[in-house]
Amino acid sequence: MKYFEEKIFKIIMIGAAVIILGVLVYIIGTIFYKGVPSLTWDMITKVPSGGFYLGKEGGVLNAIAGSVFIIIGSLAISLLISIPLVMYINFYLPKKSLFSNVIRFSLDILFGVPSIVYGAFGFALMVYLGIKVSLMGGIITVAMLIMPIMMRSLDEVTRLLSRELPDALLSLGSTKYEMTKVLLRQLMPGLMTAILLAMGRGIGDAATVLFTAGYTDNIPSSLGQPAATLPLAIFFQLGSPVEEVQNRGYASAIILTVIILILSFSARYFSSKFSKNKI
Amino acid sequence: MIIPNQQLETLTVNPAKEINRTAPLKKVMNNHTIRIENLNVYIEDQHILKDINLAIPEKSITCIIGPSGCGKTTFLKTLNRMHDETPEVKIKGKVYIDDLNIYEKGVNVIDTRKKMGLLAQRPCPLPMSIFDNVAYGPRIHGTKRRKAINHIVIQYLQYVGLWDEVRGRVRSPASRLSIGQQQRLCLARGLAIEPEYILGDEATSSLDPLSTKIIEELFIKLKEKYTVILVTHTLRQARRIADYIVFMYLGKIIESGPTEEFFNNPKKQLTREYLSGSFS
Repeated sequence: MKYFEEKIFKIIMIGAAVIILGVLVYIIGTIFYKGVPSLTWDMITKVPSGGFYLGKEGGVLNAIAGSVFIIIGSLAISLLISIPLVMYINFYLPKKSLFSNVIRFSLDILFGVPSIVYGAFGFALMVYLGIKVSLMGGIITVAMLIMPIMMRSLDEVTRLLSRELPDALLSLGSTKYEMTKVLLRQLMPGLMTAILLAMGRGIGDAATVLFTAGYTDNIPSSLGQPAATLPLAIFFQLGSPVEEVQNRGYASAIILTVIILILSFSARYFSSKFSKNKI
Repeated sequence: MIIPNQQLETLTVNPAKEINRTAPLKKVMNNHTIRIENLNVYIEDQHILKDINLAIPEKSITCIIGPSGCGKTTFLKTLNRMHDETPEVKIKGKVYIDDLNIYEKGVNVIDTRKKMGLLAQRPCPLPMSIFDNVAYGPRIHGTKRRKAINHIVIQYLQYVGLWDEVRGRVRSPASRLSIGQQQRLCLARGLAIEPEYILGDEATSSLDPLSTKIIEELFIKLKEKYTVILVTHTLRQARRIADYIVFMYLGKIIESGPTEEFFNNPKKQLTREYLSGSFS
């Protein structure tokens, strides 16, 4: 009986692993199988021409550019807010501070808010501020979406930091600010992970940009213009009755996946470069 | 010497002849000294240090010994105000460093810490190169000129005997050094801020015997210029390098005095028991 339990449990565990791998292979297999034939050079170098959504010439460069602009902008905004916040609750406030608990709790709530709610909120905010549907609006809304995840994951790694390094720095007579600067260096790999997680959520999200960044066939040339995004491009193309256009939707999915991979690998490369001197 | 204050004068004028080390006993009462009066430390509701009265003589090695949990490290941390970072620690009493009570209002905590070079239990190099580790302190305290920094770094790396070992690779990460080398680097880093006192918190407990020996020799060299206060729980180490011993038990100072006297002629029953190993 003992051995029987052991066996059953082993089968369940292996089964779980197989299911996860299967799902991954199925997703990647589908987008590649359907998308690769339509993945032409034109797809990534041209903006849609007149009849693009009916199967005529063009590409999704508008969406690629829009997605990249939005994610870079929103990462910049959320880094500027996340780093000071996380440093404050970890290094400036005492360990058992009520305020830092309140902040962590709020971040958990914000993290659970669905992206369509951010989209609606972002839209309302834009109306209030008098911003039109634009790249700017998309950047602000996506920044709100990814900030909680960035802060939370940066906070997790920061809390894991041992007390020794801060103590060593303080005993050398560093101010808190000087200490924080050195600790940030130590936290670089954790910061990169936080950026990657945030980026993964931000770049693939359709609901936030639906109302706020809009959609256009052109590459935005200023913050005030609307911007297309890859998730929306995929959505519109897959919704087309024309088979060729549907396959282009899968090709766009490949592009989105590859962009995320490129960004992740380069982030990892730079983080290892910057943190060469880490312990 | 570490002696309860009231006994200080007597001990000060009594040059301990049997101590084979040269201890500048006469200078005890001048400026460069640490005096602790009625120090009580509480962590939350626990009374950690009880009525500590102590004077620590300059340019000598003072070892604080005692069983684990007796408050040795807590005591050491009160000397450079590291308890400031933990609000649940309450400190009452006076700690005079160079005749300045560091717990008085308006005392600059950075200046206090600058006077104290701390060597921690485990070496903790900063996440930067060997050179930058030593240069860090002088840089944050305002030395900007490249030449001056170079000079300081080389000087202190030489002082701890690390210069010849790392000569060609001072720009490589400090984490690549062996643990013994890291501890010496941490010492050099602490010395580079030009402290007057060196605090060691079981500074050799994570090191191999050879590195321990090197660090101990450094401590002996250091006492020519600095006042060294070490926490240790190896009695043999205390015996080897200390000029004065403070024995603490459950937050109280049980006995203190010159090393030879302390080991050969302990006055309290508790000390005798501790020395004979009936508890540790």
